[in-house]
Amino acid sequence: MNNYVAVIGLEIHIQLKTKSRMFGNASNDVWQTSPNSITSPVDIGLPGALPVPNKEAIRYTQQFGYVLECTINKQSKFDRKNYFYPDLPKGYQISQYDEPFCSNGLLDIKVNNQVKTIRIRRIHLEEDTGKSLHIDGRTLLDFNRSGTPLMELVTEPDFASADEASEFAKIIQEAVVILGISDADMEKGNMRLEANISVKKQDQSDLPNYRVEVKNINSFKFMRNAINYEIDRQIKALEIGEILNQETRGWDEKKGITFIQRSKENAHDYRYFPEPDIPPFVFDDEYINELSQNLPKMPWVYELELIESGVNEPFANQIAHNQEKNQMYLQLVRENPQKSQNEIAKVVINRKSINEMRDYLNKQLDQSVSSKNTILTEDQILAVINIFPDAVNDLKAGKSNALQFLIGQIMREHKGQVDAATLPSVLIRLIGGSN
Amino acid sequence: MKIDIEYISKLAALSLSDEETMIFLPQLNQILEFINKLNECDTQDIDPTFQVTGKINEFRDDIPQDSLSQKDAISNANQTKDGYIVTKGVFDEST
Amino acid sequence: MNLHNLTIREIIEGYTLHKFSSTELFAEILGHIDQNETKINAFITNRTTEEIFSDVTDNLIAIPIAHKDIYSTQGIETTAASNILKGYIPPYNATSVKRLSTNNFITIGKLNCDAFAHGATGENSDFGPTLNPYDLTKTPGGSSSGSAAAVAAAFVPVATGTDTGGSIRLPASFTNTVGIKPTYGRVSRYGVIAMTSSTDSIGHFTKTVWDNAYILSKTAGFDPLDATSSHEPVPDYLLEIDKRINGVKIGIPREYLLNIDSVILNKFNEAIDILSHLGAEIVDVSLPSTEYAINAYYIITPSEVSSNLARFDGIRYGFDRSKFGQEAKRRILIGTYCLSAGYYDAYYLKAQKVRTLIINEFKNTFKNIDVLLAPVSPIMPPNIGELTNDPLKLYMMDVLTVPVNLAGIPSLSVPAGFDNNLPIGIQIIGNYFSEKLLYQIGQAFETETQYYKQTPKITERNNE
Repeated sequence: MNNYVAVIGLEIHIQLKTKSRMFGNASNDVWQTSPNSITSPVDIGLPGALPVPNKEAIRYTQQFGYVLECTINKQSKFDRKNYFYPDLPKGYQISQYDEPFCSNGLLDIKVNNQVKTIRIRRIHLEEDTGKSLHIDGRTLLDFNRSGTPLMELVTEPDFASADEASEFAKIIQEAVVILGISDADMEKGNMRLEANISVKKQDQSDLPNYRVEVKNINSFKFMRNAINYEIDRQIKALEIGEILNQETRGWDEKKGITFIQRSKENAHDYRYFPEPDIPPFVFDDEYINELSQNLPKMPWVYELELIESGVNEPFANQIAHNQEKNQMYLQLVRENPQKSQNEIAKVVINRKSINEMRDYLNKQLDQSVSSKNTILTEDQILAVINIFPDAVNDLKAGKSNALQFLIGQIMREHKGQVDAATLPSVLIRLIGGSN
Repeated sequence: MKIDIEYISKLAALSLSDEETMIFLPQLNQILEFINKLNECDTQDIDPTFQVTGKINEFRDDIPQDSLSQKDAISNANQTKDGYIVTKGVFDEST
Repeated sequence: MNLHNLTIREIIEGYTLHKFSSTELFAEILGHIDQNETKINAFITNRTTEEIFSDVTDNLIAIPIAHKDIYSTQGIETTAASNILKGYIPPYNATSVKRLSTNNFITIGKLNCDAFAHGATGENSDFGPTLNPYDLTKTPGGSSSGSAAAVAAAFVPVATGTDTGGSIRLPASFTNTVGIKPTYGRVSRYGVIAMTSSTDSIGHFTKTVWDNAYILSKTAGFDPLDATSSHEPVPDYLLEIDKRINGVKIGIPREYLLNIDSVILNKFNEAIDILSHLGAEIVDVSLPSTEYAINAYYIITPSEVSSNLARFDGIRYGFDRSKFGQEAKRRILIGTYCLSAGYYDAYYLKAQKVRTLIINEFKNTFKNIDVLLAPVSPIMPPNIGELTNDPLKLYMMDVLTVPVNLAGIPSLSVPAGFDNNLPIGIQIIGNYFSEKLLYQIGQAFETETQYYKQTPKITERNNE
């Protein structure tokens, strides 16, 4: 890297798993359905159709903003973003321009043991487009996805490496899954990433005067590779005196390179204006307070709580970010009130199944429990064996299974909490057998 | 204020014939002059009205309703194939 | 009486008294249309007799209706009077169509208009102009040209229309019919092809005021499919429609009397006298921002139009965008310009500020008066072909109607007399949701003047 630093911002698109679409009331459950079979006139942009916003999608967006410490804006509205594309049925996308639902949030990430605060510029809500398949010089369109609620999170250009960007994106993915607002499955397209990348000299205080937008990244691995490639490419270009411009590039995983997509200079005049078909929003304190109640705990918050209750940081980190481990941890904490949380955490981290964990913990348990066994008095023993005169006679006659039988009955009577070691000799002495 | 008809028509996805451009240009400039009269109206410190209803907070509950059948949804398309709506190829990859 | 000349009120009465059956009514009306439609060209699409009668046969109280061809009618071709939508068959109904159909109004066809409702004479239709039944050399006004003509020619007792900048009131005034532009949001816009989203008002034409109020009582009310529709309760428009108008304060806005054809002004003054005679108090008022309304309108309209017509890309329906008519293309270009980077503030934003001024003026004026009275058109119905090469001149036909649209307030256009058998109308403008009062004043005026009885020759009223 020499004396260059990377300046990276992320735009993350997240599909919300509401039951119906963002502006039309057709079902939102469209994964692997036959094309164009789940649409309403609104989603397919028929003449005369009108949008009505999904209340739940807005709530989800605001709740997401809340856990990321955003300001939930009291005034908000939708705007039209006008451009032409075959998968955009109305010839405009209903989105948000200058009054998004959430602004100015924060999220801490940890990379190489360094904590860094990432600033979130805004989170807004819009609608997804239809899907296109390009085959044989033709484009096949499916509008089942058109109108799916799409949340967009935009960060400030606070990332300095692919690792940082990746870490952030992973936490965001976790957060929406825990909140229950999205499956964030990147293979299904529930979550899509875009990175804005530029580089500057280490001593340069201003932001670079250009950025390269890399779009359509659908895995963390691709994002890492694309960012690293871009940083490298840009540094090399600057070193030989090239001037870098604002442009959009795609990532080719096979070739391992970014490539210029058609320059859309002119197309960027989106002619935003307030959506005339949807009244604006005014949210009062009561509404905002209500939606922030009873939200699931975010992993980074939970991690701090674990640490405060005595769990070591590396264990706390793992448990907080692993639902499965956490469930087992909580279960074992309940079952083992006398054990320290850190100890249980350590056991959970180092083992795979809950049975293994239990066995380990119980082994330690057995040793302390055996000292709880009682030594019976002679009267207690006689009280049991006198119920079985035949067995007593058998024992007198020297039959060993009679001994086992009587020991068994004694154990049963006292629910096993008997120090059985001395029983055989005591019994024989009491009965006064031929031994 | 003359209108750059080539740029605007591109933005509007309207490919005009030379004849149309010739007819439209003077008409459009005339209309522009007409609407420029608004400059005479003093609107300092006036807030814009984008909607006259005064309504706020109109939402829809998240309850799915029946959708159009595939047949109905694609019935008016010029070209379809196996339920898809077909158009000529576009060079960009869409999202 | 020829059944086609009956009003809705008379039809309902006729059914109640078993004077005729629904099949008889439809048969007579369809026959009347058959004989006369080619002279008028009111329709773009006529449903077949079989289709119509399959809806009518089981419905003893069915009444015929036709819809402006920008209303989505399920299974019936809807073209917006433009070649770009030829052959388009909507898979759903507009809410208004549904509500009327539930109330026994059976669609018999789709009516001609200016393509995408852009126009004031009906001559921007790709299906030929509609002619004025009162004088076949004249236009019936637009954009709801076919709707006005169809009611005037007694093809239907009610026809739907839209008023975005005067497109119901203007043709109503040219055809001696009653046209309502309701409060914006009073009637659902869902399913009506959008022109100017922030001013499109869903209304209708009838022969009489009572009929008009009856129809509004069926179409008005909140629609969950239209987020801009109003939750304001719908009053009983027919109740006390005959109430006397003593003491009603009517304001005459002086800015609306400038540059008006003297013949129209005369009839307007007569109307003032009549209303005064009926007990109304006449007051002179001033609305200074009126002069800028038309300029603001012709920024806001093309801007929203340019966005609303973006969905016509020929992929999911319709043809290539080159098939748009000239007026549509002009508006798309102007609108795209007004919204584009660097121009948005000077045009769209500025126009919406002027809009605020106009709204405030109306609000203030309604503090002191109940309604405003004004002419509807500055000129008598133009000849067919007279204004087709002058877009600006056509725009200027809207000067007296657009201020109402920008504010979103309601206005009722009622017949106010004739000049050489050519109709002249006046508009009664009210505050938000004051349609009940507008109907009362309209009813009083109509009862006194009875102009609706002077129907055009084509209705054969004199042969009865």
